[in-house]
Amino acid sequence: MVEFFTTTNLGIALLILGQCLLVLLPLFVALAFLMYGDRKIWAAVQMRKGPNVVGVFGLLQSFADLLKYVVKEVVVPAGADKFVFYLAPMITFVMATIAWVAIPWNDGWVISDLNVAILYIFAISSLEVYGVIMGGWASNSKYPFLGALRSAAQMISYEVSIGLIIIGVIISSGSMNFGDIVAAQDGRFGFLSWYWVPHFPMVVLFFVSALAETNRPPFDLPEAESELVAGYQVEYSSTPFLLFMMGELMAVVLMCALITLMFFGGWLSPVPGIPDGIFWMILKMGFFFFIFSMVKAITPRYRYDQLMRIGWKVFLPLSLGWVVLVAFFAQFGAFGGAYARWAIGG
Amino acid sequence: MAQAKSDFDYTRAVKYFLMTDVIAGFRIGLRYFFSPKATINYPHEKGPLSPRFRGEHALRRYPNGEERCIACKLCEAVCPAQAITIDAEPRDDGSRRTTRYDIDMTKCIYCGFCQEACPVDAIVEGPNFEFATETREELFYDKDKLLDNGARWEAEIARNLELDAPYR
Repeated sequence: MVEFFTTTNLGIALLILGQCLLVLLPLFVALAFLMYGDRKIWAAVQMRKGPNVVGVFGLLQSFADLLKYVVKEVVVPAGADKFVFYLAPMITFVMATIAWVAIPWNDGWVISDLNVAILYIFAISSLEVYGVIMGGWASNSKYPFLGALRSAAQMISYEVSIGLIIIGVIISSGSMNFGDIVAAQDGRFGFLSWYWVPHFPMVVLFFVSALAETNRPPFDLPEAESELVAGYQVEYSSTPFLLFMMGELMAVVLMCALITLMFFGGWLSPVPGIPDGIFWMILKMGFFFFIFSMVKAITPRYRYDQLMRIGWKVFLPLSLGWVVLVAFFAQFGAFGGAYARWAIGG
Repeated sequence: MAQAKSDFDYTRAVKYFLMTDVIAGFRIGLRYFFSPKATINYPHEKGPLSPRFRGEHALRRYPNGEERCIACKLCEAVCPAQAITIDAEPRDDGSRRTTRYDIDMTKCIYCGFCQEACPVDAIVEGPNFEFATETREELFYDKDKLLDNGARWEAEIARNLELDAPYR
């Protein structure tokens, strides 16, 4: 039986399919509840109760929404490029989904144990912007077009600083594999030996860049409803809109996973002696999702020129300087080698 | 030439990079997060209404069942939206009564002047505000509908009038 799954082509294909389902099904279910949680947190900060009618405490709200989206009519604007119009949400959704193959949930619990996992995820999340641009362009409408332009400029600007921050982590760990990066953070001091201590300013920078990268408030300019109605999503309805929304939320959860893996030790337990495991990974991701939601609730929207100024004149120099600093520290073993815990080579 | 820029606000810069505003905002957000919620589950719970609340109209009757309206047409005269239409003629027993009392609820601006003008407290605006209809025609109220409202809401209307009486 084991032989069938490891040697024959059909067996390997089935095994990979099973692994994908094992990751994706819980992820989609979790996504529904994260959506609900997001709305609940947002409501609570505004002293509202949030969705509480569908199911116990409104827990089934997201499923009711799903049903609503799926049975609604798909409206295609006149003059829209139909092919691109339908392709755009699929690209966003698929790109957000396939990034998860490289995310490990526990030691070795990963669909594809890539050596360049970080690079892969970085590339995939960069491609997500194409869905937004295509959606905005194919709608043949003004607001979506402007929203898409904004979104493209914004996502590309903040990818630069995210990339540089990631380089700092790569220098420190000497690997682009998440397993190695997490292993490099395993130390005697529990949560104090994770990368958030030596890389502290970059954790905040990465978080803020992640907000901008995923078009979350306070950087949700592409969907600035007071100016652009809903940005590139204006002309979308029904299932295509659902795909855009799920893709965005999945990108947010992916960013939570990235922060957890790169700076907060992934599945490592915060206190030595307590066993490591997948629950730590999920707990930490949940915590960062909570922070994401809170930021959404408490921050006003940035102006577009402020957004661009922060991206290019604050984040880029800071992260670039940090890369140089980390390279220096790592080469000369400063701070007891805190910046050069190379898991391989070294 | 190497003069330092004197207008540079260091305090502000430090605050900017330490993100004190965001942290303060986060604390306030967390406080509200755990505070009691202001939501009213509307169809099941309702907010309090003043006795003076001006909702759906009703024509009242005396306790013996006689309708109060004497067709003086003061309400029709005072109505700024001209939503009220009254026809009247003497009844068999000689008393003056309305044969027609229509209120166009789509015209009504709920100012309460009809209630103020009425010398016998016949036309009143009750506490009911949930009378939305699916068609426009259903909002053209006639005498039967208004008397029916009066019968249905008499308890609340009487209590509200009594509560408001000291201030009239």
